[in-house]
Amino acid sequence: MNFGHFVPRETHSIESILIEIEDLVYCRGDSVIFNGLSMNVPENQITSIMGPSGTGKTTLLRLIGGQLHPESGQIRVMGENVSTLSRAGLFELRKKIGLLFQSSALFTDLTVFENVAFSLRVHTKLPEILIQNLVLMKLNSVGLRGARDLMPRQLSGGMSRRVALARALAMDPALIMYDEPFTGQDPIAMGVVVSLIKALNDALPITSLLVSHDIKESLSISDYVYIISDGRVVASGSPEVLSGNRSAKVSQFLQGLPDGPVPFHYPSDDFVNDILGVTS
Amino acid sequence: MIRLLRILGQQALYRFAQIGSATIMWSSALSNMPRRSDFPLFVSQMYVIGVKSLVLIVLSAFSIGAVLALQFYTQLARFGAETTVGVGVAMVLLRELGPVVTALLFAGRAGSAITAEIGLMNATDQLSSMEMMGVDPLRRIVAPRLWAGFFCMPMLALIFSAVGIWSSALVGVDWLGIESVGFWAGMLDNVEIWEDIGKGTVKSVVFGVIVTWIAVFQGYDSEPTSEGISSATTRTVIFSSVAVLTLDFFLTLVMYGDF
Repeated sequence: MNFGHFVPRETHSIESILIEIEDLVYCRGDSVIFNGLSMNVPENQITSIMGPSGTGKTTLLRLIGGQLHPESGQIRVMGENVSTLSRAGLFELRKKIGLLFQSSALFTDLTVFENVAFSLRVHTKLPEILIQNLVLMKLNSVGLRGARDLMPRQLSGGMSRRVALARALAMDPALIMYDEPFTGQDPIAMGVVVSLIKALNDALPITSLLVSHDIKESLSISDYVYIISDGRVVASGSPEVLSGNRSAKVSQFLQGLPDGPVPFHYPSDDFVNDILGVTS
Repeated sequence: MIRLLRILGQQALYRFAQIGSATIMWSSALSNMPRRSDFPLFVSQMYVIGVKSLVLIVLSAFSIGAVLALQFYTQLARFGAETTVGVGVAMVLLRELGPVVTALLFAGRAGSAITAEIGLMNATDQLSSMEMMGVDPLRRIVAPRLWAGFFCMPMLALIFSAVGIWSSALVGVDWLGIESVGFWAGMLDNVEIWEDIGKGTVKSVVFGVIVTWIAVFQGYDSEPTSEGISSATTRTVIFSSVAVLTLDFFLTLVMYGDF
């Protein structure tokens, strides 16, 4: 597969921790989403956050991006405490972050080219010819240079995700966060996205934070994995270390067992009583 | 009874919180005065909000002006005062119907479109993605629409009044045979620049700000679901209509009241 101008590097340079989360508490209404969550995301690596649906993985990305504010605890991104940053400071920090949304979130009134060019036009005063070249390079790297004039409604799900990836990379961010990048992809598109994430991380000085519940794909490219459940980290380590983890929760999740510590049924009254209309 | 009071209290608190959020959003967006680089966004919104509302405004104004001429003529002809049809129609249009009906039509046409557009952007994470790209949606999406509404409404209201007066002349002078000189001279003698045109324009500026503010906030605050966008669009039309009609009373009281 040709990934355009991205040439894999020989080695990673692990200089420091890019994201530091300490004792994070976040509630939505009456339900506690995170209850003392702590984790570190090292620079220049692919870190995956995994866990069952509804554990707040996407919420965590929004907290890291400063779109949500925690009840307590600290989130430091590139040394900045996200929850105490001013609005202007937050927008400045976000210029160094790329987020690939689960829904792609392309601007529906702009072409593929203009979607990728958007942040370059807003944040830089580069001449048009340079913007054009940069956008074509990004589109080429995701294999969609030929789709530059299409509108988002003309793209398949996989193509939308790749355009969104090119757009997230437009400003050459230091951190890129992927929100469920494999969801809803056919096997070919999924393979392409998996390879792209790996190739980009190898070729660019970039830190990748991947949120997913697709176990096989995530483990195949991650350097480090966190598994979260009930608002906390229940296990962490390299994919090899996690594969040997004997904890019931981790085993259930990694082996995809339907029942276990994470119950199949949503909490409810006794089934027979429910059928007979008897209130307990 | 206590339950009812509790529900009422919760609703009141919710509405106050919403007004607070809307005010913060409004002031944040307006504090972003249009910069030179934002000018194309502003012009594009002027086109979407203003130019695209023109057909509706012109057709409605034509119809209302014609009906007003007929009604005034029917009553005034009995006293032989049919030449005052012109001044009557002009006063009603410039002072009241121009600003008010334009605002109501604007809420239905442009207001609902703004709410649906921003609501859909919200539901499809376009606003979130903009924020995450370091672009403030208040500056990029909200501010151009607010400013465009602020400038478009008075222009649309003046066009409405002009077309209404023209159609009343077509009906009154060309069809019903009112003396042309009397029709126009009465209007020129009695319509005052500030009292009638100026104060009517002040009303339409206020309505422009209110309707666009409601439309933008409802879109921004909508539930990110199809039902949420649908309810937000409905709320825009209802809240805008009630706000325009209520404000019209108070503006009339303040500007024309000599009681």
